[in-house]
Amino acid sequence: MANPSPPPVLRMAGVGKTYGATRALDDVTFELRRGEVHALLGENGAGKSTMMKILSGAVAPDAGRMFIEDRPYAPADPLDGLRSGISMIYQELNLAPHLTVEENIMLGREVHSLGWLDRRAMKARVREALEFVHHPEISPDAQVGKLSVGAKQVVEIARTLLNKSRILVMDEPTSSLSQEDSLRLFEIIRRLKTQDVSVIYISHFLEEVQKVADSFTVLRDGRNVGSGTMEGTNLEEIIQLMVGQKFTEMFPRVPHEKGDVAVALKDMKGTRMASPISLALAKGEILGIAGLIGSGRTEMLRTMFGLDAMESGCLVVSGVETAKGSPWVRIGQGFGLLSEDRQGEGLALALSLADNVTLSDFSPYLRLGLLRVARQQKAAGDWIARLKIKARSPVQRVLGLSGGNQQKVALARLLHQRAKVLLLDEPTRGIDVVSKAQIYEWIGELAREGKAVLFVSSYLPELLGVCDRIAVFHRGGLVDVRDASRWDAQSLMAAATVGRAPSG
Amino acid sequence: MKTPSKRMAGVSGQHKGSLQKALNVLGPFIGLIFVVAIFALMPEVRDRFLRIGNFKSVATQSVIVALGALGMTLIIISGGIDLSAGSNIALSSVIAAYAINAGAPPVAGLVLGVLTGGLVGLFNGTLITRLRLVPFIVTLGTMGIARGMAKWIAGNQKIDAPMTWVNELMAKSPRPSWLLMAPGVWIVILFAVVMAVVLRYTVFGRHVFAIGSNESTARLCGIRTNRAKILIYAIAGLFCGLSGVMEFSRLTVGDPTVAVGLELDIIAAVVIGGGSLSGGEGSILGTMIGVLIMAFLRNGCTMMGWPNYIQEIIIGVIIVVAVTLDRLRHRQED
Repeated sequence: MANPSPPPVLRMAGVGKTYGATRALDDVTFELRRGEVHALLGENGAGKSTMMKILSGAVAPDAGRMFIEDRPYAPADPLDGLRSGISMIYQELNLAPHLTVEENIMLGREVHSLGWLDRRAMKARVREALEFVHHPEISPDAQVGKLSVGAKQVVEIARTLLNKSRILVMDEPTSSLSQEDSLRLFEIIRRLKTQDVSVIYISHFLEEVQKVADSFTVLRDGRNVGSGTMEGTNLEEIIQLMVGQKFTEMFPRVPHEKGDVAVALKDMKGTRMASPISLALAKGEILGIAGLIGSGRTEMLRTMFGLDAMESGCLVVSGVETAKGSPWVRIGQGFGLLSEDRQGEGLALALSLADNVTLSDFSPYLRLGLLRVARQQKAAGDWIARLKIKARSPVQRVLGLSGGNQQKVALARLLHQRAKVLLLDEPTRGIDVVSKAQIYEWIGELAREGKAVLFVSSYLPELLGVCDRIAVFHRGGLVDVRDASRWDAQSLMAAATVGRAPSG
Repeated sequence: MKTPSKRMAGVSGQHKGSLQKALNVLGPFIGLIFVVAIFALMPEVRDRFLRIGNFKSVATQSVIVALGALGMTLIIISGGIDLSAGSNIALSSVIAAYAINAGAPPVAGLVLGVLTGGLVGLFNGTLITRLRLVPFIVTLGTMGIARGMAKWIAGNQKIDAPMTWVNELMAKSPRPSWLLMAPGVWIVILFAVVMAVVLRYTVFGRHVFAIGSNESTARLCGIRTNRAKILIYAIAGLFCGLSGVMEFSRLTVGDPTVAVGLELDIIAAVVIGGGSLSGGEGSILGTMIGVLIMAFLRNGCTMMGWPNYIQEIIIGVIIVVAVTLDRLRHRQED
């Protein structure tokens, strides 16, 4: 299979970029071969996104050069990059929600004569592309805004096919996909490879990277600290490279004791839930919730927190039955919700760190209705130190922080409002290994302080590593709840995908 | 690991596409029937209201708002807004009257009026794209500028112009009589069809929706968004110019103080017809129904002898109800 030495599709030589005082990317050399899947790994803030911004043309490097098939490549803007055959698929998908699948895929490259659209020809092309990616069930006439996240991603990939892209950059493509959709994505990637498309694959899910990638490059502190082929490299070595220090324990266990029931769901059903759920959560307990995307986990949390209306049943909070509840009421009862949509809902990105941390409870800083800003900032500064948030100051906008640090800010808000029942929805999604480990440790600490934690996650190892008990959801219903020790990855996956828990 | 089902979660509902589009127009249409039915059931006005002649006059009265709304639909779908429409209509009518009064042939007056509107639109579009200003603010400014210029050119009074065929464009009983309706009404119908076709069957139309739905995506896909936006505002301006000529045709004078606040009626018509102020949604058919709903309401209320303020309250309520129903429908889809 290996030709003598075909020129690399992409070569970056000594590329660097400095933002103010920080060297975001330092003398990075990178080679991408034709038809390979190359994983780009590293903690958040390691320089992956800067590198991809340079590649796409969104940011100009201040050092080094790039070549596409040995020809110099210096894109002026993302459109230029796109025309040179580089397509990016970002976590936040780039689609026009009101348009149909066909309209989105053909956007900017409509088939027409004198401005007059040839719909039939375009639909045929779109169908062909969708068939190639094994999703003929997606109709070209479907409105994109109404598709699932997975289907939207397929639409973006189909668009890159028609763009004849030679290089496809996927940034955390599976972070919001169900297991099933992820597997189908890998299948699509394999098909793209047969068309000599090269893929740069960015992900925090290392097991997944191991499955899909041919080679890898690890960035740390803006430098390329190691490249190699996936074969013959084990995950510990890669994690070692990413972290740069001896990797000790992925799931730090903090001993904690289960107390009385903190909150119980009695046949509770929200407007967007498929079926009623009964579940009890004790003080000092970490209860994991597993299930595929769309299995009703998030909807349950939102109903508990009063974001969705309760249709039937009730919530028992310290012995009292309550049916109606708004976030205002629930926060008063000691609930705190960490949204799965950190940027859209969880944080006010344009506001400062201090405002974000204290947003749900300004009361300690009020005097005669006026906000005592200095005190607020000092309190926020304490949280920054306590949660080891990497930020310049409490008045810095959250927008500029890395994903892991943003998540810490969101978590700091729950701690600040002294929530006693923490509803955490995908708290570690899209954040780096070190931040993850810190969050696991805090979850343990919280349980030790007697707080009740509901931990929704799609990442099975962390549920198994952190939780006391794990409940599995399937198609809106609760399949089973067991002690974590009585689950393993296989049985969890089986329960989540098939809806039946193997005995054990 | 083989997955049990080949279907992807959430793809269901894809066949609703065309049905949904039908429903989007059906909503306003039911509203229109409702409004007509109410007045048709009022014993005091039933006889006069249901006459063909009355329907003709409603159609004629709708011409000015309808022409403005054709362009406004384009702008609102693209995520913009134009507050200068009313002033632009006044300025164009003054220019048309001024030219004809100065001895220009009626055709020249008509063309000058339309082009004036187009220039104002071009000005809006250029400012919005080149200076990267918000359409709301730019057109708020143009609203004042155009109104002031109209008053200046007209010397702060009405401009009389000799009667020409231009004044027959808005005649309820047209000559030749086989036209049945005022030529202005036919002009509206013609352009409504043209614009509906442009929006649905041309690359430009598709780009208008794309820009309103997600402008950065449109830009990333290689659409020259600035060019498209300038074109959108220029076209909308031309429609305001034509609307201004119709205003002059109706009044037989160029009046710089006419059409104050008319942009709000125009925007209301688009929104009642299913247009979304956040962009990406709207249709010509819906807008035309919105125009008719408002025209029938005015007509019916006048016949009932209800004072003006009642009309204003009713139309205000209708706007809120229309948008509320729209919201509810969207929520059901989610």
